[in-house]
Amino acid sequence: MVLMTVDHKKNHLESVRSILSTLVYPLQYVVNLPVAASHWVSESVVTRQKLLEENTRLNEEQLKLNSRLQRFAILEEENKRLRELLESSIELRDRVLVAELIEVDMEPFRQQIVINKGLNQGAYDGQPIVDAGGIMGQIIHVGPFSSTVLLITDPTHALPVQINRNGLRAIAVGRGQNGALSLEHLPTNADIREGDLIVSSGLGLRFPRGYPVGTISEIALVPGEAFAEVSVLPSANLGRSREVLLVWPYEQATKELSKEELAANQ
Amino acid sequence: MMNKAHNGGWVIVISFVVAIMLTTMPLPDWVINWRPSWVAMVLIYWCMALPDRVGIGVGWTLGLLLDVQQGTVLGQNALGLAVIAYITIISYQRFRVFPLAQQAVLVCIYLLLFQFFNMWIRGVMGIPSQHWSIWLPAVTSMFIWPWLFIVLRDVRRKYHVF
Repeated sequence: MVLMTVDHKKNHLESVRSILSTLVYPLQYVVNLPVAASHWVSESVVTRQKLLEENTRLNEEQLKLNSRLQRFAILEEENKRLRELLESSIELRDRVLVAELIEVDMEPFRQQIVINKGLNQGAYDGQPIVDAGGIMGQIIHVGPFSSTVLLITDPTHALPVQINRNGLRAIAVGRGQNGALSLEHLPTNADIREGDLIVSSGLGLRFPRGYPVGTISEIALVPGEAFAEVSVLPSANLGRSREVLLVWPYEQATKELSKEELAANQ
Repeated sequence: MMNKAHNGGWVIVISFVVAIMLTTMPLPDWVINWRPSWVAMVLIYWCMALPDRVGIGVGWTLGLLLDVQQGTVLGQNALGLAVIAYITIISYQRFRVFPLAQQAVLVCIYLLLFQFFNMWIRGVMGIPSQHWSIWLPAVTSMFIWPWLFIVLRDVRRKYHVF
């Protein structure tokens, strides 16, 4: 038994876990049923009035987003041209897939969720998960039909970020139960302000670049400490979203890279 | 060696399935830390009632399933449950004659040990969990034990599981 615990650290047992998760998935599915049913009922018994209101609201929202998207398209083109001028790589669009949360409780001391997409849908170990607000976390165990996601607020999770305003790089580490992150090793004289937007920097090639992570909520300068204590409030709805997005970043990028490597080798 | 008189294995299986589902069931945040260790309690019951059928192997397998479900290190719950099954099996004769209240206290102690193993392995893995609330499940389990015992005993008698 102790051997298994030790062995696990080297990831040999990922396949065993994947097989066992097929056994557990029906249970999780059944447990999720009442929750799903209540959502279904509350969705199907809304009044006409409410639907109309929602419809108008969504229409307005779409109009706004569309108008912003138009500008975005122009900017993207311009950005591409400029990058071509600079002979750097072109920004790639990421492939995404919508997954639904399975509402089951996991170990209370870790920030984890289960989603209903797995190997069969092409999910992989270490895949980034985002929602409408920003980065949520990454997949740590993937089974055939479901996968486990480690949220960015887990104390064992860290991701490379940068401050949107000035590009200052840092590492955002989860704080655990109170649902916040902290930026580690920022000197006390670093150019940071409360309310600064933190985005993923894409260093480490795991998370895609430029997705929002959170905003700085508090900067505490402790006398005698070399680094400031910076708290970050995550911008993703970690406790509330029901739908999440699986992202496949760097798919083409890595392909091109390997081609270049091949060329270099030849 | 095994006699053919064994009966009602499906009752045991179903009780464990229900226990895992209760462990998985989403609860509001403020009660999560109070969730009793259902699987461990059901395991203690069957180890005590039918020590020749349910034992360390069953505990270990259950623990593995629980590990996969909870996203813990493979072997964390398995080790704890196997240890609990072992202790129950060596002490089941005494355990059976205790009054319910005394049994409940004993269950509490077993579960504290179970939580201790969990905490220990989490510590080795580098996941901090020094919060005092990790001991709460043992306390709630203690209060639930008498009822669980009566329910499982009646189920066992009704379906002639032996």
